[in-house]
Amino acid sequence: MNAIFYLWLIPLLPFAGFLFNGLLGRYLPKWLVTTVALLAPLAAFSMVLQISLGLSANQGALAALPFVHTCPFPWISVAALHIDFSFVLDQLSLVMLLVVTGVGFLIHIYSVGYMAHEEGYSRYFSYLNLFLFFMTVLVLAGNALLMFVGWEGVGLASYLLIGFYFQKDSGANAGKKAFIVNRIGDFGFLIGIFLLLANFGTLTFSEIAAKLASNPAWQGGVLTTIALCLLLGACGKSAQLPLYIWLPDAMEGPTPVSALIHAATMVTAGVYMIARTHVLFDHAPFALGVVAVIGAATALFAATIGLVQNDIKRVLAYSTISQLGYMFLGCGVAAYSAAIFHLMTHAFFKALLFLAAGSVIHAIGGEQDLRKMGGLWKKLPITFAVTTVGVLAIAGFFPFAGFFSKDAILYAAFVQGGSGRVLWFVGLLTALLTSFYMFRLWYLAFMGKPRSEGIHPHESPISMLGPLVILALLSIGGGWIGIERFAAYLSPSTGELHMESAIPHLELILSAVAVLVALLGWFIADQLYCRKPARPAQMAAALPGSYRLLANKYYVDEFYGATVVKPLLNISKYVLGWVVDVGILGGAAWLLAGIATFTGAILQRWQSGNLRSYAAWLAAGAAAVLLFVLVPWTTVWPVSMDLIGKVARH
Amino acid sequence: MNSILSQEVPISWYLMLSAVLFSLGVLGFLIKRNLITVFMSIELMLNAVNLSFVTFAHQWHQVRGQIFVFFVMMVAAAEAAVGLAIIIAVFRARATLAVDRIDLMKL
Amino acid sequence: MDAINQSILTLILLVPLAGALLVAVLPDRAKLPNWIALLTTLASFVLTLHLPIHFVLGQSGFQYEINRPWIESPVISYHVGVDGLSLWLVVLTGLLGPVGIIASWSAIAERRKVFYSLFLVQQTAMVGVFISLDLMLYYGFWELSLVPMAILIAMYGRKDGPKAALKFFLFTFIPSAPLLVAILWLYARTGSFDFATLQILIAHGNLPAAAMCWVAFAFLFAFAVKVPVFPLHGWLADTFSEAPVALAMVVAGKLGLYSMLRFHVGLFPVQARAAAPYLIALAVIGILYGACLALVQRDFWRLMAFAALSHLSLITLAIYGLTFTGWTGAIYQILNHGTVDAALFLLLGALEVRYGTSQINAYGGLAAKLPRAATFFVIATLAMIGLPMLNGFVGEFLILSSTFTGVSRSWTIAATLGVILGAAYMLWLVQRLFYGAESKLIASRPADDLHFREWVVLAPLTVLMLVMGLAPSIWTNSIQTGIHPPDLKGSAALPPSVLQISIHGEVQR
Repeated sequence: MNAIFYLWLIPLLPFAGFLFNGLLGRYLPKWLVTTVALLAPLAAFSMVLQISLGLSANQGALAALPFVHTCPFPWISVAALHIDFSFVLDQLSLVMLLVVTGVGFLIHIYSVGYMAHEEGYSRYFSYLNLFLFFMTVLVLAGNALLMFVGWEGVGLASYLLIGFYFQKDSGANAGKKAFIVNRIGDFGFLIGIFLLLANFGTLTFSEIAAKLASNPAWQGGVLTTIALCLLLGACGKSAQLPLYIWLPDAMEGPTPVSALIHAATMVTAGVYMIARTHVLFDHAPFALGVVAVIGAATALFAATIGLVQNDIKRVLAYSTISQLGYMFLGCGVAAYSAAIFHLMTHAFFKALLFLAAGSVIHAIGGEQDLRKMGGLWKKLPITFAVTTVGVLAIAGFFPFAGFFSKDAILYAAFVQGGSGRVLWFVGLLTALLTSFYMFRLWYLAFMGKPRSEGIHPHESPISMLGPLVILALLSIGGGWIGIERFAAYLSPSTGELHMESAIPHLELILSAVAVLVALLGWFIADQLYCRKPARPAQMAAALPGSYRLLANKYYVDEFYGATVVKPLLNISKYVLGWVVDVGILGGAAWLLAGIATFTGAILQRWQSGNLRSYAAWLAAGAAAVLLFVLVPWTTVWPVSMDLIGKVARH
Repeated sequence: MNSILSQEVPISWYLMLSAVLFSLGVLGFLIKRNLITVFMSIELMLNAVNLSFVTFAHQWHQVRGQIFVFFVMMVAAAEAAVGLAIIIAVFRARATLAVDRIDLMKL
Repeated sequence: MDAINQSILTLILLVPLAGALLVAVLPDRAKLPNWIALLTTLASFVLTLHLPIHFVLGQSGFQYEINRPWIESPVISYHVGVDGLSLWLVVLTGLLGPVGIIASWSAIAERRKVFYSLFLVQQTAMVGVFISLDLMLYYGFWELSLVPMAILIAMYGRKDGPKAALKFFLFTFIPSAPLLVAILWLYARTGSFDFATLQILIAHGNLPAAAMCWVAFAFLFAFAVKVPVFPLHGWLADTFSEAPVALAMVVAGKLGLYSMLRFHVGLFPVQARAAAPYLIALAVIGILYGACLALVQRDFWRLMAFAALSHLSLITLAIYGLTFTGWTGAIYQILNHGTVDAALFLLLGALEVRYGTSQINAYGGLAAKLPRAATFFVIATLAMIGLPMLNGFVGEFLILSSTFTGVSRSWTIAATLGVILGAAYMLWLVQRLFYGAESKLIASRPADDLHFREWVVLAPLTVLMLVMGLAPSIWTNSIQTGIHPPDLKGSAALPPSVLQISIHGEVQR
């Protein structure tokens, strides 16, 4: 069987797993839950693998991509509006699918060990399968609305998994925050969809691309608006400025969830979306510039916050935001394949780092504070080894995966010239900071002496270490394919990557600079956290203002709270609730009721209750009617007027 | 020479009588305080109307007016039955039949 | 089969009435009224299912039509029938019957005979509103639908029933008077109460324009209060917080919205077009206003009331967008709103029966104790806030996209913002009810998850939400047949813009 013809099975398998565990999981033995939960992503992954192997063996089939599979029954079909369930397989979605199902499967395995003793085991796995379903829908979607289905759906899965420990208020709050902030982004996406519909009359990506290709002079204008709307959506999902605030809080979820959803796959959906709709961005240079600026700014901004965080998962969260900034930067300089390349390697090493952090947390009984760790390398040798790989990869050391992909993005920015050089410099600075805080984490957690009493770290079970080792291998070798070959492979979907430069050996020089910068970061971390452990505290004391600013994450949450949330609630409650609803509208109703009551109170006196007064009124009324009927007013009136006139004249 | 007896009574006389009776009924209704007298005044008004019905029926040689009189008499009889029952009930409840003091309908 | 088709609508009308009679006659013993009412509503639901099954797709005009002269003078006939607009609304009413009975099962413990017979009368009245094609008949059912509601609110209100009932009564009865006057005026001018005849006569006839404005306004006003449209929603929150759950499910929305579509826009297209900009503005204000106020309510019934205001305003927006797709979306969204609100109300009612309060802050941490209730509630919430794959999204997308392309971009953006942020108050509600630590109140009562009769209703509703989200064509195909008013097509009295929009939809690029 050729798996490509059963494309729709890839999302549906995890969905079946979700239904099975979601409906029945509570009543079934654990082994059965586990088997079903693992089989679903395994089957999906093997299908993807078979497809990709089949394609790489057959150049003709590869050239025939994209393969479109459309459900015979349309989803929405009203008048001219026609939206199908259509799945598209091309190089881009294939790479993305490999990452999603591959890393997803590994994290499923890891979760078996990590969640073994948790309440709601089946609930957890059903959510995880649900996430895979929506993520694969997002990746395979052939039109913007179906992508939106996956887009909102992964948000839902994220909401459910962040709030997995719903008894904790912080967990429930974080889940809600993530969903609502994402919804602000989704608002942009939805408006973008409406604009697409209004301007192209279709939401199918290939048709939009065809229309744009047939009209190459169409630049900017409404396309910029569309691209910016989509960008707002991407910023929400991929935690970019100004909507990144939900991601650090999302660390309330179980750690494998942080690894899968909030590091490796879901948060990269924004990057994927920009790559998927890149033709629009290509026709809207201004929007593209905004993407680059947002990416660079986020990368630097999040990295500075990451410098001083003490929660191991929060450090990784800010580093995720920062790395996503790199990907946006890559997209912004039209190096989509470089961004996807970084997306892929980042999925490997960031999933690795999160899972390793999970292993550490698991080992020391749920502690996440870096200041209470230390000296763990002896107790957790394998975890230590793989973390080292992850740190080297994210810091961008040769020949680890991060080196190749980060380098590609920085190079692409540099060769743009002009403002590209600024972006390149910001990226380089971020690389320095990244290297520093990752080695800070490394030193604090694993080196030095244990800083807590009474903990007995133990290495994690094989189900957790296995995925770690595989991810470590991928973090080492994942970048060896090289950007040239990767870009060439992706070029049918993301367009050619133009990275020629007049300067000879530029790429080599830039790579060397990047590695030197990473070394510098390591050196500083080594100085501060290994050789002179008292220095960081002194520095913090010397610069209390900036330290507090960083430690409190630039007070962005507080800023949003004071400028958006509070006013919204207060206006709703006092202005709308009291003044408008109770005061004006309620008052108007009361006024009408009052007029009626008042009139009634006056007329009520008429109703004396005295029979004879009623009778008298009746008689008077009858007399009046008689008078009206009997007196010939039409003749009396002119005559009397005439008389009055005559009298007046005399 | 026609004696006054052989002549028909002019129709206006009947009508006058009817009007006088009706006015007496109205006046009694308004002036009297005893509920039973008030009630009798109503009967008087009904009969005044009956008189004019019969008059016109005779005048126009039509039977409808006389039929109507039967209706009115029936209504009057029913009314008498119900009305007197109410009056007795009121008297039992309030020990008075003075109209002025029966003002439960006052708001 | 023809015999059934000829009489099915009459049957659907009569079955609840017969049930009401039976409940009234038989003694109130051992849940007997409950069972009779349940069986009656189930039977009438099964009967309503006959309609879509034998509905002829692609045939415009009314089906299952019955037209018998009833009163000679004035000419009133028993004229009933359904088309795409009303078809599914009748089914929805049938569906909500048993759901309402189940929701009242243990909540209504006293004077059950009165409750269930009036409830069944209300069912008949609502179906009557949807199928009447004679304006006088329609008006009769319209009024009939208000009376049991007011009585039931007064008798079975939670704290302040009579006051809320009076408010509801005044708000909905007063606008009905001008409606009656307007209907009579039309009769005086045209000599007909028949919908189709009036439609033609109004389109071609030479009725005085100024008077027609007032007539159309009287229609609109009565409907707008019933929907309700901002700022006429004063009765909604009190009614929701007092009315028995089964009635709160049906009190707002569908009757008014359907009437707008059929009898305001349908009869007075010219006037409706003139009124549309104002109604669009009010609708968008209503969306945002309802969402904002829902954020700050402390009582979940009041929260649901403002949420309903927000959602119903969206449908109003769709109706007065006057686009083909928008109208389809509007009817579809009425169905969605009906099913989702039914599920949410059933659950909230179940919570109130168990814990005796509707104050949100008395709750907390219920998810661990009532996992099934929590699951159903979350799914219904997600449907309500328009998560794709569930039904709410399809309706919202149809409405917003058609309004965006066919009407006004800025208003649509504002409306979209309100719809999207609807997530905030609903998720916050979920969090305050179900998540976090157990509150004192919750901890003090034993866990009592959904009973069989509750989830046996909720499960089909939930499946329905999913199916309606994935395969809306099942519904939209037949809805669309109702959106080809044949008399509009040939009409010369209409400005061409109306024609174009209402027939070809928004695609005029």
